[in-house]
Amino acid sequence: MSTNWEAVIGIECHVELRTASKMFCGCANEFGGEPNTKVCPVCLALPGALPVPNSAAIEHMIAAGLAFGAEIPAFSKFDRKNYFYPDMPKDYQISQYDMPLTQGGTVRYWLEDGTMKACRLTRIHLEEDTGKSTHAGSGDGRIAGSTYSLVDFNRAGVPLMECVSEPDIRSADEAVAYLEALRRTLQQLGVSDVKMEEGSLRCDANVSIRPLGATEYGTKTEIKNMNSFRSVHRAITSEIERQIALVEKGERVVQETRGWDEVRGVTHSMRSKEQAHDYRYFPDPDLVPMEIAREIVEKVRASLPELPHARFERYTSQLGLDVKQATQLIDNLPLAQYFDAVVAASNNPKQATNFVLGDLSRLANEHETPVHASPVTPEHLAELIALVEGKTINSKIAKELIERMWRGDGSPKAIVEKEGLAQTSDPAAIERFVDDVLAANEKSVADYRAGKTNVMGFLVGQVMKASKGKADPALVNGVMKRKLEG
Amino acid sequence: MEIIERSAAQIAREVNARSLSARDVTEAVLARIDAVEGEIGSYVSVLHEHARAAAARVDERVDAGESLPLAGVPLAVKDNMCLVGTRTTAGSKMLEHWRAPYTATAVQRLLDAGCVPVGKANMDEFAMGSSCENSALGVTRNPYDLTRVPGGSSGGSAAAVAAFEAAIGMGSDTGGSIREPAAFCNLVGFKPTYGRISRYGLIAFASSLDQIGPLTRTVEDAALAYDVMAGKDPMDATSIDRAVEPTATHLRTDLSGMKVGLVKQFGTSELGGEIDAVYRKAYQDLQALGAELVEVELPTADYGLATYYLIAPAECSSNLARFDGVRYGMRVDGADVHDMYEKTRAAGFGPEVKRRILIGTYALSSGYYDAYYVRAQKARTLIARDFERAFAQCDLIACPAASSPAFQFNAKSDPYSMYLMDYYTIPMSLAGLPALSVPCGWTTPAGADRPMPLGLQLTAPLFKERDVLAAAHAYEQKTQHAAAHKPAIATVGA
Amino acid sequence: MSSEKIDVRYVAKLARIALTDDEVERFGAQLGDLLEHVNALSKLDVSQVAATAQVVESRNVERVDETRPCLDRETVLEEAPQRQGGFFRVPRIIAE
Ligand SMILES: [Mg+2]
Ligand SMILES: [Zn+2]
Repeated sequence: MSTNWEAVIGIECHVELRTASKMFCGCANEFGGEPNTKVCPVCLALPGALPVPNSAAIEHMIAAGLAFGAEIPAFSKFDRKNYFYPDMPKDYQISQYDMPLTQGGTVRYWLEDGTMKACRLTRIHLEEDTGKSTHAGSGDGRIAGSTYSLVDFNRAGVPLMECVSEPDIRSADEAVAYLEALRRTLQQLGVSDVKMEEGSLRCDANVSIRPLGATEYGTKTEIKNMNSFRSVHRAITSEIERQIALVEKGERVVQETRGWDEVRGVTHSMRSKEQAHDYRYFPDPDLVPMEIAREIVEKVRASLPELPHARFERYTSQLGLDVKQATQLIDNLPLAQYFDAVVAASNNPKQATNFVLGDLSRLANEHETPVHASPVTPEHLAELIALVEGKTINSKIAKELIERMWRGDGSPKAIVEKEGLAQTSDPAAIERFVDDVLAANEKSVADYRAGKTNVMGFLVGQVMKASKGKADPALVNGVMKRKLEG
Repeated sequence: MEIIERSAAQIAREVNARSLSARDVTEAVLARIDAVEGEIGSYVSVLHEHARAAAARVDERVDAGESLPLAGVPLAVKDNMCLVGTRTTAGSKMLEHWRAPYTATAVQRLLDAGCVPVGKANMDEFAMGSSCENSALGVTRNPYDLTRVPGGSSGGSAAAVAAFEAAIGMGSDTGGSIREPAAFCNLVGFKPTYGRISRYGLIAFASSLDQIGPLTRTVEDAALAYDVMAGKDPMDATSIDRAVEPTATHLRTDLSGMKVGLVKQFGTSELGGEIDAVYRKAYQDLQALGAELVEVELPTADYGLATYYLIAPAECSSNLARFDGVRYGMRVDGADVHDMYEKTRAAGFGPEVKRRILIGTYALSSGYYDAYYVRAQKARTLIARDFERAFAQCDLIACPAASSPAFQFNAKSDPYSMYLMDYYTIPMSLAGLPALSVPCGWTTPAGADRPMPLGLQLTAPLFKERDVLAAAHAYEQKTQHAAAHKPAIATVGA
Repeated sequence: MSSEKIDVRYVAKLARIALTDDEVERFGAQLGDLLEHVNALSKLDVSQVAATAQVVESRNVERVDETRPCLDRETVLEEAPQRQGGFFRVPRIIAE
């Protein structure tokens, strides 16, 4: 980006909530399935059918709101948003207009260099998803040029939260980091699967630019059709560049909706002239208002898990993990919880990090089994760390042990005791091993004394071999050096 | 008395006692329907096979020792209520061929109680109208004078019960659609408190006003049907979760200890001398039954019509959006989906429905919402408060049920003159109150050769269904107005 | 409250109802008449009055998050004006 410009970005997300049933009926809320098999009179909007809200979806909203520090008003209601679209069965969407379930709040996120950032939320409201149209006849599945469409209502009525941010984001990197934070948080709350590839997370970005230091906003465009975090990054980068180029040429940015073209790597105008929508919102007379008791809010607040940004701060500033390690753990909640248990049992975050992100993660990959589901319990790993810490075993034995623990051999301490794997630190014993090796390798001794000091490694290796790996390598080194040079 | 003339209570008693079978009742009613439908036109669909199967099930249950509150009672279901496997048209071309894949809760409750559904009754399209003339699917005539309308929108149900083609008619009332046709057809028509009876499966007109209720020939029958239908339904979020006091067992024969309010603003002198006299006599009869008459005021009642004609159309404009040619019902093809929508809805809806959708869309549209919709919702608050104040002075309010007796076809060509028919019933609807029309006398309209019935409307505070029905029963038993004249179509063998 | 003429074409477009020129004129006049009656409401002082969306006040009517059986697909699609396989088919959608 040209250094004279600053981007201003706001992001709108639609997130499908994870519930057993849909928002206003008892149809299963599941991804996929044969078309039009998860429908009933309510979600198909048959004449006479009425909506009844899903209490779990409302609880999810409260949890999400509180996780982002939003205000949960005492009173909320559902409104109808009226517009016609073939995949919207009632031709109105039950949504929330002026009294959403959550108001305000902040998403805290971090960048790759560890900088913490914050983006304010305008609101999160609860609504219902539409069905899905497949555009046919054009050959490429796109709406443009299609001659007809096929509609599947399985997704119609799935509970959906719409999360609108303030324009606090300043770059494509920040936009992606924001989305990652949102995804992690909602996933860890258990309120959504948040999978962009399955459509349970969908987002649009409002992008504008302004001269660095300016306080007024420039004209914004709305970017749609971004199907992955990578495409969000590419689309925003490309749009910022397009806008800067326009303005630097002396032209103006037009307020419009632009679609992201994944193949060509550019945004293109979708609706050149923004239609003035007249949604005719009004309170849904089929539903009654919600009064959210303060006790319920406090109960949900008390039951919130540790949130990603708090975990990040704890890992980096208290436990000394680097940004990459902390992020790796936070993105895998069961692993992070396993890690926390190891730290609690061992009180050695450095070794815990090394084993959990090192050997154990490698084994998990090889065996396609998550660490927390392996036979290696946090307590056993803490035992292993204590054995290393106390120099009872060396790292080579530790590596062997962890493989055996993964295979289910149980307590490392028990293995070490039973098989006499404890490290040999007795100076007399080590001297005997060294003497034997030196006696058996006269040529190497002569070489060393002639200045070829690199035979030292070979000689130490012979001692380790003779001790079946149990000799304390540091001690061996010391004794060997003294004998050769003495 | 011919089987078809018997009340629902009598039929249920006899069927439960096994002195009469549901099958015999059903065959008698189906024969009556086949005989008179050509002249009356109560039904959009007659359910011969459905009824016979239901009657057989009732007989089996009774034979097995069950006692059913409405055993074998022939039922007319207004055609805006879903009954699985039957055509459910709401009186509209839009749904002319639509078969409901599920059953409305209120219908199901009546069937479970032993009712036999004999037909789906004609109605004003989507329940918008006061004469049944807005049906796209046929003409229904008033059994007391075939040149006159049966009232609306539940005109088919009313005509069916009045013509002995059913003992109970299910109606839905948004601004008077049960009470007005009851008055026109010499029947009892009862609209309970809003939310008492589930709307699940009732094709919505105006969600915050729609309420299902019975049309019957006696107050007792209305009470029996209400007792069966009322109560919380988990499928309707607006149905009230509040214990239902049984009414049929608490009907009264006097009104001692009751205060009946007469509304200052609802004078009857401008309704014409004969009609005025009927209502004055009705109020005297209430007093003679032991009621104390008091004058009450409803200063904002005059705003009822204006309020109603904003709220109901606004809600209907949204409720009827789903009729779009995508999933069911009529479709007229178009070049693209918007063209298809516009052509389908132009062809599928009649003029009254279009008028209301347009006015409602306008009232909700950007720039007009506060001035129209919100203001109407506030006026509604004032009207409800008026009733609260009035009910501080009385237990019931008595007034006319309609502005005139049944009129002739095509008499009301200007939409607003039709809307005026509901002048007396709309305020109660806006306030959600339980209200009932009971026959209270006869008048012979100018140029007519037959007297036409009039209805007295009794209204109670929210949830006081028992008071309305108890008082109406006392009045009905004392006055016996309904029995004074027979329908224009004779009963078989009578 | 205004007594201006309704833009019937705009409203009909919002409501997705095609109107003939005759209808535009007829409905326009009828709606204008009705609005005049309705304008009586402007005489009411509602400045201190809360709106009533529902007369019988109730709160928090919700459903336990449990699944219920869905409709049989054939029953659903039998009613479709046009179907293709397991889908509802509609004419081409023009992006707004
Ligand atoms: Mg939305
Ligand atoms: Zn459903």
